[in-house]
Amino acid sequence: MQRLTSPDALEKLRAELAGKRQAIKKTVFVCCGPGCLANGSRKIADAIGLQMEKQKVDASVGYRRCTTGCHGFCEQGPLVIVQPGDIFYCKVKPSDAATIVERTVKGDELVERLLYLDPGTKQRCKAFTEIPFYAKQTRVALARIGTLDPTDLGNAIASGGYASLAKALFTMKPDQVIDLVDRSGLRGKGGGGFLTGRKWRSCVKAPGDRRYVICNGDEGDPGAFMDRATMEGDPHCVIEGMIIGAYAVGSHEGYVYVREEYPLAVEYMQLGVDEARKAGLLGDNILGSDFSFDIKISRGGGAFVCGESSALMRSVEGKVGEPRAKYIHSVERGLWDQPTVLNNVETWATVPVIVQKGVDWFRSMGTKGSPGTKAFSLSGQVRNTGLIEVPMGVTLREVIFGIGGGLFKRRTFKAVQTGGPSGGCLPEDKLDLAVDFDELTRAGSMMGSGGMIVMDDRACMVDVARYFTAFLVDESCGKCVPCREGTKQLLALLTDITHGNATEDHLARIEALAATIMQASLCALGKSAPNPVLSTLKQFRQEYLSHIEKKRCPAGVCKPLTRFVIDEETCTGCGLCLKACPVDAIRGEKKKPHTIEPSKCITCAACREVCPVDAVEVAS
Amino acid sequence: MKTPDLTKLDTILERHEAAERSLIQVLQDVQKEYRYLPREAFEKVGRHCGVSVARVYSTATFYKAFSLVPQGEKLVRVCAGTACHVRGAGLLLDELERALSLEPGKTSPDGKITLKTVNCVGACAMAPCVMIDGEAHGNVKPGEVVTLVKGGRRDAAAD
Ligand SMILES: Cc1cc2nc3c(=O)[nH]c(=O)nc-3n(C[C@H](O)[C@H](O)[C@H](O)COP(=O)(O)O)c2cc1C
Repeated sequence: MQRLTSPDALEKLRAELAGKRQAIKKTVFVCCGPGCLANGSRKIADAIGLQMEKQKVDASVGYRRCTTGCHGFCEQGPLVIVQPGDIFYCKVKPSDAATIVERTVKGDELVERLLYLDPGTKQRCKAFTEIPFYAKQTRVALARIGTLDPTDLGNAIASGGYASLAKALFTMKPDQVIDLVDRSGLRGKGGGGFLTGRKWRSCVKAPGDRRYVICNGDEGDPGAFMDRATMEGDPHCVIEGMIIGAYAVGSHEGYVYVREEYPLAVEYMQLGVDEARKAGLLGDNILGSDFSFDIKISRGGGAFVCGESSALMRSVEGKVGEPRAKYIHSVERGLWDQPTVLNNVETWATVPVIVQKGVDWFRSMGTKGSPGTKAFSLSGQVRNTGLIEVPMGVTLREVIFGIGGGLFKRRTFKAVQTGGPSGGCLPEDKLDLAVDFDELTRAGSMMGSGGMIVMDDRACMVDVARYFTAFLVDESCGKCVPCREGTKQLLALLTDITHGNATEDHLARIEALAATIMQASLCALGKSAPNPVLSTLKQFRQEYLSHIEKKRCPAGVCKPLTRFVIDEETCTGCGLCLKACPVDAIRGEKKKPHTIEPSKCITCAACREVCPVDAVEVAS
Repeated sequence: MKTPDLTKLDTILERHEAAERSLIQVLQDVQKEYRYLPREAFEKVGRHCGVSVARVYSTATFYKAFSLVPQGEKLVRVCAGTACHVRGAGLLLDELERALSLEPGKTSPDGKITLKTVNCVGACAMAPCVMIDGEAHGNVKPGEVVTLVKGGRRDAAAD
């Protein structure tokens, strides 16, 4: 790509690319987002490419194949989308490639069997825009993901990329950019919900020789993948946001901190930065202006605490990631003790859109206190798992049952976990809560970065609390005692409960210990560490009491407190459980009720998983 | 343990600025090359980055990405993220522990395979998920995980 030395040159290139795009008859998009990749979508991309060549509908005659980032509807993956027409094929196999190319690319027919079957209307959807999962979303930060090749800067430019940068650099003063972001009410999407404009302004006001901007791509919350999808699906929107932010606060050096568990995100962000630099969008005199700024990629080392702002900055400096006390504000003394703005991936990705479309547009979505939209990764025991973006203020019910399609057959909703290890579980009666920063915190959970894990009646809330506590014991950096030792003791108490060794006294001890940890820990990791325990204790106290008093885990998860039995009345004698049992603990003749031999049973729950009529129950 | 061949270390160091900020990035590359951080490399790494050997050691032991003992030729990581946890990742781990006679975090005596857990690889929608040498496999069932790890195909859908 040539070096762009003026905003006009950028617009000229865009027009040229758009012209070329018009000449393309059809494009086949193959989703290579995190979900589809785990489902083998690379093989599908290869097969489609091969077939296009074979059937002579390749680039030379105006056809295109494009591998994209996450399109969103992971549950239905691998996904193939054919444009024009928004034609949406799901659960595609490599062996479908020939048919798709022959009928939909070469010809203009649909492959009926690959279209999405709407379980509500029992109709096949021709276009993805007709599918409730998509129709109920509003995409801002994720708008381009799934529609372009993340490794091609030209693709991003053709889709409007870097227009906001040109607008900011050539028509706005830095202070006007801050003012705009401030008035938009944009709140950081990394979990805390801090006002982005205010953060930028504090940074500008702080004295320092240099200023830094950093993108937090650590995404350590287990159960969240929005940032991964963004960095792998549209790296240029993140880069553009960072350049605009750097211009606003007067920074010339930026870092993107990406966790090492995301190798593809590292690769694509690096590639994006290199391409942008070659095109004159990073480096000296960006687009011919007198503003210079460059970005380096910093790979994390696999530590959850490095998502915390001060720990992250130590890690970029090459040190161990230990947080600092909160009275040192990182906007004033951040990276190498210089004023630093740290924002989350999604926050950066939202900035260019606000610059482009303005404050009124942005504020027309969401709630008064939390304007705009938020991306979530919807997972767990819900039908439509995937990556979504909705206006702030929609209800949890709308997300889980509207977009998510509810739970699987015969399963009932028990809780939704938000906010990762700092958040909590919300039960059924909180489903009509509006999703925004303040509401979720009030309800005893928190927004967090956007992981939303749906749990059904087979999830044990004590086990979930224990799971997060074990995670935090592992991830505590060890610098302060309340967090390092406190979480360990919390885990021991919870383990007593799940093993049946607890007395009622345990709950009081948990509550007292939790209060100390929250009050005395150095950073937010420790301060919020007891949240998963306290929220489940508040909402599901009966379940704790059942473990303690009746020595029974009602969900059948805690092995020492679970005994499975087969209900004679319900069992049809199909024999599936007998085959699934790894230790031969099940007896029974075909078409007659089966039984479990308690002395042999290892409570692995394999029988319960396969039983088609839910005859395997937890003994009372 | 035999002494590793450290000739490749110089090329790694050349790629990185001689500064403290390079330390983690250098260790990442060393880990990738040798599948662990050889103790013999610490002096050179420390000198290049301008930090003491003790600092190299503390960094190497703080971050999960690094290992001080050689990792197996094949790295199997069972995702222990929240979504995977509630969709039965524990059963997969139990199954692998049993079949491979390995505890999580350990490498088989013949150096062929390392079994680990990882705190979320971001493929939550496809939970439970197992990573085999960097390749993610989604919706894995207890009955097929051993075949998958041993290099077999699980079903025709993955053709
Ligand atoms: C233990 C801990 C882990 C965190 N992990 C992340 C993370 O993975 N990604 C993120 O963006 N913010 C994370 N945060 C929040 C950051 O400290 C910081 O508030 C955020 O990156 C600021 O960006 P924002 O204002 O755009 O949200 C974490 C905080 C704590 C205390």
